[in-house]
Amino acid sequence: MKVMAQMAMVMNLDKCIGCHTCSVTCKQAWTNRSGVEYVWFNNVETRPGQGYPRRYEDQETWKGGWEVNKRGRLKLRAGGRFKKLITIFSNPKLPALDDYYEPWTYDYETLTNAPLQEHSPVARPKSLITGEDMKITWSANWDDNLGGAPEHGGKDVLVAEIADKVKFEFEQTFMFYLPRICEHCLNPSCAASCPSGAIYKRSEDGIVLVDQDRCRGWRMCVTGCPYKKVYFNHRTGKAEKCTFCFPRIEVGLPTVCAETCVGRLRYIGLVLYDADRVLEAASTPDDKDLYEAQRSILLDPNDPEVIAAAEREGIPRDWIEAAQRSPVHSLINTYKVALPLHPEYRTMPMVWYIPPLSPVVDAVRGTGHDAEDRGNLFAAIDTMRIPVEYLAELFTAGDPAPVDAVLRKLAAMRSYMRDINLGREPDSSIPAAVGMGEEEMYEMYRLLALAKYDERYVIPPAHAEQAHGLEELATECSLDYEGGPGMGGSGPFGEASGGPDPVAVENFRMLHARQTTDSLTDPADKANRVNLLNWDGKGRPKGLFPDSPGSGEAPPRELMDGTDPNAESEPKP
Amino acid sequence: MTHLAQNAADPGALDILLWVILPYVALVLFVGGHVWRYRYDKFGWTTRSSQLYEKRLLRIGSPLFHFGILVVLIGHVVGLVIPNSWTEAAGVSEHTYHVSAVVMGTIAGVCTLGGIAILIYRRRTVGPVFSATTRNDKLMYLMLTAALVLGLAATVAANIVDDGYDYRTTISPWFRSIFYFQPDPALMVGVPLLFQLHALSALALFAVWPFTRLVHMLTAPLGYLTRPYIVYRSRDTQLGSRATRRGWERVR
Repeated sequence: MKVMAQMAMVMNLDKCIGCHTCSVTCKQAWTNRSGVEYVWFNNVETRPGQGYPRRYEDQETWKGGWEVNKRGRLKLRAGGRFKKLITIFSNPKLPALDDYYEPWTYDYETLTNAPLQEHSPVARPKSLITGEDMKITWSANWDDNLGGAPEHGGKDVLVAEIADKVKFEFEQTFMFYLPRICEHCLNPSCAASCPSGAIYKRSEDGIVLVDQDRCRGWRMCVTGCPYKKVYFNHRTGKAEKCTFCFPRIEVGLPTVCAETCVGRLRYIGLVLYDADRVLEAASTPDDKDLYEAQRSILLDPNDPEVIAAAEREGIPRDWIEAAQRSPVHSLINTYKVALPLHPEYRTMPMVWYIPPLSPVVDAVRGTGHDAEDRGNLFAAIDTMRIPVEYLAELFTAGDPAPVDAVLRKLAAMRSYMRDINLGREPDSSIPAAVGMGEEEMYEMYRLLALAKYDERYVIPPAHAEQAHGLEELATECSLDYEGGPGMGGSGPFGEASGGPDPVAVENFRMLHARQTTDSLTDPADKANRVNLLNWDGKGRPKGLFPDSPGSGEAPPRELMDGTDPNAESEPKP
Repeated sequence: MTHLAQNAADPGALDILLWVILPYVALVLFVGGHVWRYRYDKFGWTTRSSQLYEKRLLRIGSPLFHFGILVVLIGHVVGLVIPNSWTEAAGVSEHTYHVSAVVMGTIAGVCTLGGIAILIYRRRTVGPVFSATTRNDKLMYLMLTAALVLGLAATVAANIVDDGYDYRTTISPWFRSIFYFQPDPALMVGVPLLFQLHALSALALFAVWPFTRLVHMLTAPLGYLTRPYIVYRSRDTQLGSRATRRGWERVR
C-alpha cells in the first residue's frame, strides 16, 4: 500500500442554478489573456446538451482517455507512444477552433466616435482570431437552458444512447446544469499523452499541472484528455489547463470557482488513496464496475493502518487530520452520494458529483402531487427512467442502480427533514428504507444544506504558507496581460519570451513613474482613446470627449499643453 | 583528377573567411545560442503550432516536410560524417552508394520542398496563420527554403544534368576537419558553386537556428518512448517564481 493524498472536489448539482459565476471568475483569474480567449478552465453546461467543446464526450471521434485492450491491458485510446510520435507533425484528432467557438469582441469604439447620424451606430462583432468582422454562430454556452434543443438536442452524445426516450418537447423535457473543471485524475491520460513529459501530477496533493517551461506544444494532451480540459494557447504555443488554483490551495484557500460559487455547491477536501492499486482499478474489465473500483481505492483516513502507512509516506499529520474531516471523503465514501463523471474513460477523475434530484421533484410537482412525500418521490424515481438513465450515462457508465440509490437517499432526506421542520415526529423508517441511520441522515443533511465555509472547504496549507504573501503574487499569471512583461512581444522571440518580472517590481516602477511624472495621461499610440482607469484627473486628454461635429476646430490650446505623446497609454496592474 | 589539382591550390583570404571563420562563427552561435536560449527563454521554446487555426493543409504539408527533412538529415549525416573508406569496408561500392544517395536524396528533397511549399502557401493565405507569423518566422522560412532549394539544385545539377560529383572527397573531409579543429579550406576551393552556396546557406541557417522556432528540433521527444506514462513531481522547493538567494535556501 502506497498512500498518497489527493485534493478533490464534490459538486452538488441540485444546488447549481447555472449562473456561470464560477466560469466568469475563473476566466478573470486565469484565462483573460490573448491566446486563450476561447478557453474556459471552468464551464457550466446545460444537460442534455452538446457541452464544450461540442460533443467532447464522443470518444469514437476524439479518442480521449484509456481503454482496455483484448489482453486486458490499459492503453491510450488515441494510440501508444509510437503512434503518438509518428503523428506528431499533425495531430489527427485535435479539435479545431470551430469545435470550441471562434472568440470575438465588439467594435465598441464606433459607439463613441461615430459621427452624428440618423441611425444609432452599431458595435459589430470582430473575430479575435482574424480581426475581421464575423457572424456569431456558436459559443461556450450557446445551448444554455436547452436553447435550440429541438434542433440541437439530438446532438448530445449521451442522448444518442437512449435516444428513443429523451424528448425535447417543452412539457416532456428535463434539464440540469453540469459545472466542469479539470478532473485532476488519479490516472491522467493527458499526462500519459504528453511527449515532453511536461504534464505532471504533484505528488503532495495530486494536482495535475503543465510545466510551461517544458511544454513544447506537441498538442497530444488535448487529444488525450477525454474531458477536453487541456487547451492549446494559440499565441504562446503551450498547453494550459485548470490548475485547481494551486497558489490558493497551497495557502489553505479554496479555488476561485468554489470561493465564488453562489449556490455554495462545491466541497473541497483531501482524500487518501492507494497509488499501487490505481492501475488495477482503472483496468477493471466491465465499464459498469468502474465506479465501485474507483471508490474502493480511496482509503479510510480513520483506519490506523492507513494512518501509519500515510505517515511512512511522509504525509504530514495535519494533512491526515484534514483527510479525516474531509467533506469530500464523507460524500463519496461515508454517505455514498457523490459519483465520478464518466468513470468509463478510466482516468479515475477526482471531481465528483451529487446527481440532481430536481428533475424528478419538478416532474412530481408538475403532476399536482406532494413532491416532498417519500412514497411519491420513491415511486417517481422508479418510474421516471429518463433522467435516471441519462444520469447513469454521465456518472456510472450507464448503470442506473448507483444513481437510483443516490436519488433515493436524497429523496429520503427531504421527506425525513420535512417532518422535523414541520415539528412532526421524525419517521425513523425513512432513513432505514435507504439503509441509513437517523443520525447519519441528519449529519448528511447538515453537510449538504448547512455546512459553512470551513466545513465545505477543508484545505490544509502546504507548509509554504508565507510564500505568496512574501512575493505579492496573487496568482502565477498576473503579469500576463496584453503588452505586459509576461506577454506580447516583450522579448526578442515574440510571445512571452524571457523570464517574468515579479509584480512587486512592476508596481513599484509604475507608481514611481506616476508620482514623479510631469505629464498628463494621454494615449500616444491610439487616436481618440482614453483609459479612464489610468487617467489621473489632470487636465482633459484629447479624446476624452468626442470631437464636436461641425465645429471642426481643435480643442483649446491650453488643454493640449503638457500632454506627453509618450505617456502611458495602457493600464498596468 | 582536376579536383585534386584544385585542392592543392592555395586558399585565398576569402576562402579562409568562408570555410574556416564562418563555420566556427556558425558553430559557436548554434551551440552558444541554444545554451543561452534554453537558460533565458525556456517558455518561448516551443513549436508554436498553428494547427488550431487550420488543419486541412497542415495535415498534408507538415508530415511531408518533416518526414522529408528527417530523411535529408540522415542522408547528410551519412554523407558528411561517414568517410569513404568505412562504406567501402562495409562492402558498399562507390557506384551503389552514389546511386542510392542520389535517388533517396532527390525523393526526400522533393518531398521536403513540396511540404514547405504547402506550408508557406498556407501561412500566406490562411488569415489567422498569417497574422500569427512573426518577422522572425519569415526570416527563418526564407533561410530554410534557400538552403533546401540550393541543396536540391546542387544534387540535381551535379547528378542528373551533369554526370555526378563526388562530394565525399572534398566537402565531407572539410566538414569533418572543422570538428577536429584542423580546418582545411583548400578542400572547398574547387567545389561546384551550387554546393558552395548550399554550404553557406546551411551555415547561415545554423547561425540563426537557436533564435527561431526551429529550436523545437533539439527537444524532439524521444524520451517519451522510455519514460513511464504518468509523471509525478514534487512541489518546487523554491517558493514563488524568484530564485532563492544563495545561502537562504529552505531547510528541509
